Amino acid sequence: MTDAPVTAAEKYARLLAEAQQVRGTSLGRDAWRRLKRNRAAMIALGYLFLIGIGALFTPLWPLQAPRMVRSDRAFAAPQFQPAFTQTTTWIDDSGAIDDDAVSAAFGIRAADDPKSGWFDAFNRQLLRLRGAIFGRWEAASWCGCDMLGRDLLARLFWGARISLVVGLVAGLVSLVIGVSYGATSGYLGGTVDSLMMRFVDVLYSIPFIFVVILLITVLDDPEVKAGLSSWGIENRITIFFFVVGAIYWLTMARVVRGQVLSLKQEQFVEAARTIGCNRRRIIFLHLVPNLLSIIIVYLTLTIPRVMLFEAFLSFLGLGVEAPDVSWGVLANEGTQSITAVHIDWWLVVYPGLALGSTLFALNFLGDGLRDALDPRLKNR
Amino acid sequence: MIKASDAPLLEVRDLKVHFPFRRGSLFRPEHGFIRAVDGVSFSLREGETLGLVGESGCGKSTTARAVLNLIPPTFGEVCLEGEPIAGLSDTAMLPHRQTMQMIFQDPFASLNPRMTVGRIVGEPLKIFRPGMDREGRAVEVMRLLDMVGLNPRFLNRYPHEFSGGQRQRIGIARALAVGPKLIFCDEPVSALDVSIQAQIVNLLEDLQTQLKLAYVFIAHDLSLVRHISDMVGVMYLGRIVEIAPADELYRNPRHPYTKALLSAVPVADPQIERTRQRIVLTGDVPSPDRVYPGCPFADRCPQVRDECRKSPPKLEGIAGTADVHQAACFFARD
Ligand SMILES: Nc1ncnc2c1ncn2[C@@H]1O[C@H](COP(=O)(O)OP(=O)(O)OP(=O)(O)O)[C@@H](O)[C@H]1O
Ligand code: SF4
Ligand SMILES: [Mg+2]
Repeated sequence: MTDAPVTAAEKYARLLAEAQQVRGTSLGRDAWRRLKRNRAAMIALGYLFLIGIGALFTPLWPLQAPRMVRSDRAFAAPQFQPAFTQTTTWIDDSGAIDDDAVSAAFGIRAADDPKSGWFDAFNRQLLRLRGAIFGRWEAASWCGCDMLGRDLLARLFWGARISLVVGLVAGLVSLVIGVSYGATSGYLGGTVDSLMMRFVDVLYSIPFIFVVILLITVLDDPEVKAGLSSWGIENRITIFFFVVGAIYWLTMARVVRGQVLSLKQEQFVEAARTIGCNRRRIIFLHLVPNLLSIIIVYLTLTIPRVMLFEAFLSFLGLGVEAPDVSWGVLANEGTQSITAVHIDWWLVVYPGLALGSTLFALNFLGDGLRDALDPRLKNR
Repeated sequence: MIKASDAPLLEVRDLKVHFPFRRGSLFRPEHGFIRAVDGVSFSLREGETLGLVGESGCGKSTTARAVLNLIPPTFGEVCLEGEPIAGLSDTAMLPHRQTMQMIFQDPFASLNPRMTVGRIVGEPLKIFRPGMDREGRAVEVMRLLDMVGLNPRFLNRYPHEFSGGQRQRIGIARALAVGPKLIFCDEPVSALDVSIQAQIVNLLEDLQTQLKLAYVFIAHDLSLVRHISDMVGVMYLGRIVEIAPADELYRNPRHPYTKALLSAVPVADPQIERTRQRIVLTGDVPSPDRVYPGCPFADRCPQVRDECRKSPPKLEGIAGTADVHQAACFFARD
């Protein structure tokens, strides 16, 4: 009949291997299936993915150097003939890379620079790879040049890096603060909840643009700057992340708190208490995962708002500092270059397109996610 | 030496749960209390089953939640294995949760939809046996799933992939994971199909003999608790109005409310069924936010007399039953 008698432990150990084969369909996977059917959202997702990859690997693409000033090409119009030229200056025919030229033209620190970090090393590697693949070839100014003759296309790519990171990091900061705060407030309820939410109301009533302007002006003070730099905070943008994240968490906290208020009435929360879960466990392992849909959707709406805010601050000259660029900075420079004498449309249109299309895509994706994750569509 | 089974496992004395409420206009607010549970007492020994019956809203779930300290009781004492636990904080309550567990009314709402079955059943193990490694936990979860009649291979499935009966089994496995002595079953089958109800009740009975569990079995249907319970308590408006050993209660109901409930239970014998007299309760369904000076059942009681409205009847032993049969009616002896 059967082989040697098996103990219960052996039997279950054997079953465990089988159990790993049986994968349930999580609600997340279910939602993904629904999202895949949404054409607009998938196109948006693909577009965002492409932009993300494009921005992440910017030094790899055969683009001109974003900081290369060429007075002879100031306000040069877009040009496609020839599409590619063999004109890079930071690499010679033998393929050797000139670190100083790279540092000036790309803003990538050389390896012997004490401030050079892992990101500089990453960029250097990509540049080296680019040199190996494309040699001295680089794209012509397909999107035209700005008033200093810098190639707009390259600057758009380098600006994407900053704009996207600003959106993502500030969005995540607001998410972490907002979700923790809102979920805690909602779950504790009662007086604690009232106090916590009144605090949010107070913060809401402060006109944040003034706070940000004040903060950034203070942070621009040379003494403050020196102090910050001793902490390893080099540029305004790092601070900007936290400032913006700290502002945008308010709405997230309200949204999450409202959801938690209704969710905590659910029986599974009571069941969790019955088996001895403490508050932290209930909030972060039982409540928050059930709010994931709302959180993700809200994140896709916060990111564009943050990006727009960054652009707005750049318009005021309070955003990203030169020689760094962001889409907001580029759009600002574009509008400033418009005069009655000549209209360099490309300086306005291309940054606007980049910013606008990304915001659109995020919104489409957010809409699609909301539909896909809506728990009411399916019994839970 | 006293045998452990002589001391009650759980003793509840005069438990009250009042929810404050405010209604009326902003300028003329009316404050009051919903007396969801208003003086419930019972005790239970190891391995015994107490049935709690009553219509919807009479405070059965609230009683269970208050005993388990899921809501703070307003008044009263709860002793688990001789230790007072009423109103303990979550932290202080933690060790007692290993003794006392609960199975919930709604199998669809009582499982976290974002967790796999393995995580749901394994969570109490994580909390109470922190030394256990992942694999050990998985094996233990599979043993528990097997025990409640689920395929242990479904460890990584999500609750929404199961039927109502299967989900209730998951809930049972979760309650068993800590190795409790007492389980509150809050209408564990009322949300299920009739065919599945029997399966779950049988499972609970099997587990009781196997693990020597004590149950507080809550139902709104007298026929269901009859064969599973040792004692049955009938609740009305937050109070136990009659409590007796199961057979005694069915043979010899004393409270008019119990009589009315029993008359609504269909009988298997068609002859008797045809001639069965139904006592139809009239009058308003009472609301727990009102204070009744007399017997709370007076408005609907077919045997009501004048004195019933003056003072409330106490739960008292019926003569000749050595106080195991108690009823709260002035005329229970008649
Ligand atoms: N958190 C609460 N706040 C206010 N009132 C409540 C609360 N919980 C329960 N109640 C009220 O207490 C009364 C008893 O409720 P409970 O849930 O205990 O009834 P039940 O006997 O379990 O009914 P069912 O058979 O429908 O489950 C009801 O009138 C209910 O409205
Ligand atoms: S005390 Fe009076 S009203 Fe109450 S149940 Fe008994 S007979 Fe009915
Ligand atoms: Mg109930």
